[in-house]
Amino acid sequence: MAIEVRIPTILRSYTGGAKVVEGSGDTLTDLLADLDTRHAGLRARLVTDAGALHRFVNVYVNDEDVRFLGALDAKLNDGDSVTILPAVAGGAFGFAAAAAIASHAAATRAAAAR
Amino acid sequence: MTRYDNLLDACGGTPLVGLPRLSPTVPAGAPPVRLWAKLEDRNPTGSIKDRPALFMVRRAEAEGRLRPGDTILEPTSGNTGISLAMVAKLRGYRLVCVMPENVSTERVQLLRMYGAEIIFSPAAGGSNQAVATAKQIAAEHPDWVMLFQYGNEGNARAHYETTGPELLEDLPTITHFVAGLGTTGTLMGTGRYLREKVDGIQIVAAEPRYGELVYGLRNIDEGYVPELYDATVLTRRFSVGTRDAVLRTRQLVEVEGIFAGFSTGAILHAALAVAHEAIRDGRRADVAFVVADGGWKYLSTGAYGGTLADAEDALEGQLWA
Repeated sequence: MAIEVRIPTILRSYTGGAKVVEGSGDTLTDLLADLDTRHAGLRARLVTDAGALHRFVNVYVNDEDVRFLGALDAKLNDGDSVTILPAVAGGAFGFAAAAAIASHAAATRAAAAR
Repeated sequence: MTRYDNLLDACGGTPLVGLPRLSPTVPAGAPPVRLWAKLEDRNPTGSIKDRPALFMVRRAEAEGRLRPGDTILEPTSGNTGISLAMVAKLRGYRLVCVMPENVSTERVQLLRMYGAEIIFSPAAGGSNQAVATAKQIAAEHPDWVMLFQYGNEGNARAHYETTGPELLEDLPTITHFVAGLGTTGTLMGTGRYLREKVDGIQIVAAEPRYGELVYGLRNIDEGYVPELYDATVLTRRFSVGTRDAVLRTRQLVEVEGIFAGFSTGAILHAALAVAHEAIRDGRRADVAFVVADGGWKYLSTGAYGGTLADAEDALEGQLWA
């Protein structure tokens, strides 16, 4: 049995469009190295040059955040499910809202200029 | 019964109720494992957000940043807006809310009823450095006061000063605190307080995992972590999908008679996970979790009826927490 890895929309360019891929490894580091052999470039999007998980990436093993399970050293087992998501919780919306504030203010300025 | 001079004074002091039917059964002779629900829907506008909204406004007033007649501008997915609208009405401010178009119609109706003005943002929004831009816009409009719940220390402080002490007073034997992770204010404030007072307490976050549409950002570099977030306050963090959140929300009303919104279902899912682990390890546990709001505002989603798959489809692309 392998480890199932769920890929977010924005990273599917590295997996040929696949939503779910399979990999293996005893730790998250090993898994990402294994995935990178078939999906070149994926690892570099998740791990910084300094060797840490990217600040805006969240990785979950069986629905639990790996940063609380040892981060890249988190232990994995066959049959585990790994989910990769961009860090947008709470903030997903903060973004959309902020964009709207910006466009609203731009419209207000344009109206004032007329 | 308790008497208050006005509605604002009735904020907080919510009941903590045991869940004897939902708490998992422990083997004979094993230490007890109990679930407790803090009913934050009993706040003046029906959600936990009354606490930070009132606290942030009072602090801004005390600091002289907010004066009668001022306009407050706030990005909110709903509950904070409703809370701010009520506070703004009673304290004499105008409120402009920016919210995504994919929130439930009840939330929009409630906001307008309370007198708030609404600017809708695109559901699949997302742009580079948007939050920074918003702050800049706020700076360009000195007459608009942006409390900005994602970065306002008063948001967390409200829970440090109220939610935390209430929990400890009602449940001195607390071993776990479980709440939702959005602005992170509830977990940061309550978590810091309980960590100071209770040795070995576990602070557990339940983060909603939405449908793919919501994560449609162009680039991972455009992610956002609220300024308030400090990972060292948390012990664990769970990502809870729509199906699990709906399942638990329904269970809560079916088994214990508590009618809550879907974010509470996500929180309960994480609370049950840590309760079952305690049983497996033969440890005593008093797990307190937050009922963030009631289910009323989400009835129009249709996700309280039909099969779980139907409910999941109904919530696809929606910000259900």
